[in-house]
Amino acid sequence: MLKKIVIVGATSAIAEHCARLWIQESPIELILVGRDQAKSERLAQDLRVRSPQSKIAIQFTDFIDPLRIKDWADAVNAEGVPDIVLIAHGSLPDQMICQKDLRACEAALAVNGVSPVLFAEAFAGPMQLADRGTLAIIGSVAGDRGRKSNYVYGAAKGLVTRYAQGLQHRLAATNVKVVLIKPGPTDTPMTAHLKAQGAKLADVGDVAQRVVDGVAQGKPVIYAPGKWALIMMIVRHLPRFVFNKMDI
Amino acid sequence: MVAVSSWGRLGALQHSIVPLTDRTRLPAAIPEKFGLAYGNGRSYGDVCLNPGGVLWATRGLDHFIAFDDETGVLECEAGLLLSDIQQTLVPRGWMLPVTPGTQLITLGGAIANDVHGKNHHVMGSFGDHVLALRLLRTDGEVIDCGPTNDADWFAATVGGMGLTGVISQAQIQLRRVAGPWLEAENLPYANLDAFFELADESEAEWEHTVAWIDCISHGGGRGIFMRGNHVDADDGPQPKPGRKTVPLVPPISLVNRLTLRPFNFAYYHMQALKRGNLRVHYEPFFYPLDNLLEWNRIYGPRGFYQYQCVVPRAVGQEAVGAMLNEIARSGDGSFLAVLKTFGNRQSIGMMSFPQPGVTLALDFPNHGERTHVLFARLDAAVREAGGRLYPAKDARMPSELYKSGYPRLNEFLQYRDPGISSAMSRRLIES
Repeated sequence: MLKKIVIVGATSAIAEHCARLWIQESPIELILVGRDQAKSERLAQDLRVRSPQSKIAIQFTDFIDPLRIKDWADAVNAEGVPDIVLIAHGSLPDQMICQKDLRACEAALAVNGVSPVLFAEAFAGPMQLADRGTLAIIGSVAGDRGRKSNYVYGAAKGLVTRYAQGLQHRLAATNVKVVLIKPGPTDTPMTAHLKAQGAKLADVGDVAQRVVDGVAQGKPVIYAPGKWALIMMIVRHLPRFVFNKMDI
Repeated sequence: MVAVSSWGRLGALQHSIVPLTDRTRLPAAIPEKFGLAYGNGRSYGDVCLNPGGVLWATRGLDHFIAFDDETGVLECEAGLLLSDIQQTLVPRGWMLPVTPGTQLITLGGAIANDVHGKNHHVMGSFGDHVLALRLLRTDGEVIDCGPTNDADWFAATVGGMGLTGVISQAQIQLRRVAGPWLEAENLPYANLDAFFELADESEAEWEHTVAWIDCISHGGGRGIFMRGNHVDADDGPQPKPGRKTVPLVPPISLVNRLTLRPFNFAYYHMQALKRGNLRVHYEPFFYPLDNLLEWNRIYGPRGFYQYQCVVPRAVGQEAVGAMLNEIARSGDGSFLAVLKTFGNRQSIGMMSFPQPGVTLALDFPNHGERTHVLFARLDAAVREAGGRLYPAKDARMPSELYKSGYPRLNEFLQYRDPGISSAMSRRLIES
């Protein structure tokens, strides 16, 4: 029996590199869930060359509609509850646009906050019933403390953080692991504009390695790279009168 | 705008970076700005730079497309690193037929610079194993070419320094290997005569030949000749895991007149001790420096140049001797000095560097004027011998030397993409 891994938002750069690391370990059964057909196929092609023994499938579903998410997840679980589900999708909104256009604000909250929760919830029950599996969700350091330059995104990721906490509490007595990953700014297409402005970004391969290692160990929270654990501890504890003077 | 420097770290220049994520088309042009494909930034000089303009970062185009385990034909995107190809396919018995001294370069870069390796006399250069490539032109045209279809576009693009369009994907022929190991031999030699004797005697029996040369002791000329063959072995050493990084840029070059002589002395004698046959994994054999990340920092804040030339074999010994004399007299130079004979074959690319003869490659810490004076003397020897310099390594050759060394330049210029320009193209061919 091949290990079964489901990746939601599989064409995101971190997810893609996680997939490469997983198939490098051993052949697996991999279900890639994306929105962009061309990108998903390109990814599957690549993984098939890297691991001809793996069983790789592409599936599509809606990312917002709860009923369609549920139907899709039920179909996956009916074939066997996955060993690992990685929920990796997201998009970095422009904070200024979110402030001016409430529809953009709503869309950012939905895709980065509500949607990952719905996907996780659709697998949490079946995993609990099977009493096994790892549910890994990509949050962000932005969810640790709201700040003016990206608090809409931060609020959505904060929602994911609280959700993961609660789910960990619910599943503490079971063999199901819930892993929350908080990457710092990483060199991916999502942050290309930051890179173009000269920001220092973490290597996506290194971030993915931390994710894969953390998932294997079932760690509750993974900062990637690790230095962000320290940075965010300081940021969370800065007194408000200091924090409010910072232009971040 | 972001400051980008190439491997020689001669200066960080401002560029607009535009990542490529779609192999089927280029992003919309930025008006009045030229673009240039930029892979992993391992070329030494300015062939990969385009200050003030756009760099299309190709590292996101790093997908395999197809591989046939029966024939060894690999199709993949141009931003894939050679290391990814080797690590994925060597365990399945296939290897790149030609590889340079680092695997941390992109496939597109390997084609655009028509890179060579230690086995040039057997396998030629990288372009000899490319079956097809796709070129994205800035006017939206897509050109699929290969050695037999649109062969003129192919010949212009292999070794074409990225100036004919952006290579988005390619099909290459890998070679079968029984495993990851080679049987290698280290032979100390005392002078250039001995080097050429060893090179001549080794070419028939050994696929890989290269020599380290001590550019400073005894008038320059002794060294270690290394040769190797792939072997069918069940077992052998594994590459050492883990990588180290040069943690900072030292305030002065660690390679200097004080350190060079003792280092070369120690290296020569340590390598001489290892004489005889040994089984080695392909990674340390081909890529001795890849586990030391950012090693280019050792040359300090002013960076370094690499000087690589090829001169025809008939005058090779004399020309290399003259150059080594100049270098020994200057006291500059580095322990990274390599001498190799190229095979008697023409390259497929119009602007490819390899040609029959002998190639000498050396690093030089940048000491400003003093270094340029030495280069002018080396240039004179290359010019007189009818040789040429390697654009992938170059940041300073005179335009006239480039034009005399690459006689097919005018033919090549018909294939240039008018939306593409580099610091090198502006320096050497005026646009």
